[in-house]
Amino acid sequence: MKNKISTALLGTALSLAMAGIAMAQDKTVKIGALSDQSGLYADLGGPGSTLAAQMAAEDSGLMAKGWKIDIISGDHQNKPDIGSNIARQWFDVDKVDTIVDVPNSGVALAVNNIVKEKNGVYINSGAATSDLTNAQCSPNTVHWTYDTYMLAHSTGQAMVKAGGDSWFFLTADYAFGAALERDTSEVVKSSGGKVVGGVKHPLNTADFSSFLLQAQSSKAKVIGLANAGGDTTNSIKQAAEFGISKGGQKLAALLLFITDVKAIGLETAQGLSFTETFYWDLNDKTREFSKKFAARMKNGAPPSMVQAGVYAGLIHYFKALEALGSNPHDGVKIVAKMKELPTDDPLFGQGKIEANGRKIHPGYLFEVKKPSESKAPWDFYKLAGTVPADQAFTPIEKSTCALLKK
Amino acid sequence: MSINLQALSAQLLVGLINGSFYALLSLGLAVIFGMLNIINFAHGAVYMMGAFAAYFLLNLAGIGYWPALILAPLAVGLFGMVMERTMLKWIANLDHLYGLLLTFGLALIIQGVFQNYFGSSGLPYAIPDALKGGMNLGFMFLPIYRGWVVIFSLVVCLATWFLIERTRLGAYLRAATENPTLVRAFGINVPLMITLTYGLGVGLAALAGVLSAPINQVRPLMGADLIIVVFAVVVIGGMGSIMGSIITGFTLGIIEGLTKYFYPEASNTVVFVLMVLVLLVKPSGLTGRAA
Repeated sequence: MKNKISTALLGTALSLAMAGIAMAQDKTVKIGALSDQSGLYADLGGPGSTLAAQMAAEDSGLMAKGWKIDIISGDHQNKPDIGSNIARQWFDVDKVDTIVDVPNSGVALAVNNIVKEKNGVYINSGAATSDLTNAQCSPNTVHWTYDTYMLAHSTGQAMVKAGGDSWFFLTADYAFGAALERDTSEVVKSSGGKVVGGVKHPLNTADFSSFLLQAQSSKAKVIGLANAGGDTTNSIKQAAEFGISKGGQKLAALLLFITDVKAIGLETAQGLSFTETFYWDLNDKTREFSKKFAARMKNGAPPSMVQAGVYAGLIHYFKALEALGSNPHDGVKIVAKMKELPTDDPLFGQGKIEANGRKIHPGYLFEVKKPSESKAPWDFYKLAGTVPADQAFTPIEKSTCALLKK
Repeated sequence: MSINLQALSAQLLVGLINGSFYALLSLGLAVIFGMLNIINFAHGAVYMMGAFAAYFLLNLAGIGYWPALILAPLAVGLFGMVMERTMLKWIANLDHLYGLLLTFGLALIIQGVFQNYFGSSGLPYAIPDALKGGMNLGFMFLPIYRGWVVIFSLVVCLATWFLIERTRLGAYLRAATENPTLVRAFGINVPLMITLTYGLGVGLAALAGVLSAPINQVRPLMGADLIIVVFAVVVIGGMGSIMGSIITGFTLGIIEGLTKYFYPEASNTVVFVLMVLVLLVKPSGLTGRAA
């Protein structure tokens, strides 16, 4: 009897010690790429974002050093409740450490709360709302690629400077559209312009003619498109049909992705100016990555800015993990390390992550090429200007993030 | 809100344009339901296939919009007939639910295959040169192409109505659905007629797809987004009623257009609110026969 008890005690002690060793050397990571896998944002994020995550894991070099990296994906269908459920299940059941991508600001904000509650890591690339690093900021969140402040200040300001001083907004009726309209309106007003009206349309609308007619009769000089994906492509295509630009009004595509330009076609899209933080044809490094990426995409598409952000965000995340030596499974600790290390990746170059979770890098003003200027299948953009990294995003002293209050 | 008469008439016209698509699609559904007793959930998928057929004809074979207007519905109609012969035929005598589930499954498969190859953003299809530009009507700028869509779909709708309600062939068809055995006894090939009718319904949807290709994106999910509204239209108009579905299609387009003017946030739901109201007051639909 005595013998049995002592064996049991020894066994317990041993297993505790083993667990301790395992913890110290825990080199397993599980990453969930949560995106719209089949809806209007699927091409700019979706399966391409999962591929980007996979490539980041491969390129990080961690696997050769004994790390085990698992990547799973989920479809939030642009519904905050579905996104939240998946995130919860990932943390509770599947033991996911990190959630990446999450386009659709509505879903992104819902997931933001869950990641904070579960102390995971959240590297958001797909969502636009600047609330992620302001009112809703979290010590577990890094907002990588772009946000509504950046879009408003680069494209918005450029349009006002070019004489577009009265605006009418076509706004997607959810968190993202509201944030983009709010941020752009502020820029327009502070640059001396005025907002003469706007209309909110439901997400995923096929026919914009009613809304375009309202915009047309407003006589505003600029029609600001505070929407994204399929909504933006349909707006632009139908605006051409209704002769909006022939009537002297200009379209401001506040958020336009390369997949959208492809969908509209250069014939209709030519001359549009807009802002992105990544383009596959920016430099040798982006071209090299994009070539590898496109070869693994079913339709041969180069990475969108969102997919590039997933890759770069994870590359930096893996650097932080390597610096920590093992995976502490502690989101706050890992994100703190990510903020401490300067960022340097082939797609966005050198930069940093601010204390509020905002990743800082330059913004690029692009103009869509004429069909005659395009030499290759995805050769769409001309670089029209660069907004330096220190001016592209919300200045840290203006951020309303509670983390900044000491 | 002050009502601006100019803006209002513009919205009415725009509503009429959308109504044309609702009418063409709900007409096809009504024909199929009326003659085959199948609730064709694959209707959105074949509408999408029509648009893709036009895209392929242009980009692979260099065949433009005008021939595509005939060729695409023919090709997709043929696909529909194969579907009817190989699958739908076997469940013709079963409960409606089986047809609904089968066609819904087919729609998901077809959409999935297209999405796998073409993504979700869609492909561009240009407006044919002859219909480019627009005219100023005083109260609005009407793109010529949209005007063409209204007129063309109205003609097609009325022709279909005439074919089924006023010709000998239509009479055979209607008789065959009432009593197939008796009609067969007269030496008429009823199964062939049923197949052709399904092909016609599917062809109408594909035609709507070709018409919409230059306006919307040619997207794998273009039909999935539309089909729910179209079903609401059919329910409001009354299942199986040809004229009812045409009139309801155009009317609902207009009502939706007005909603987009007065309260845009509700423009996605107004059709369903109407559907609930109609179902409460007249469960067989506005023009439907009581079951």
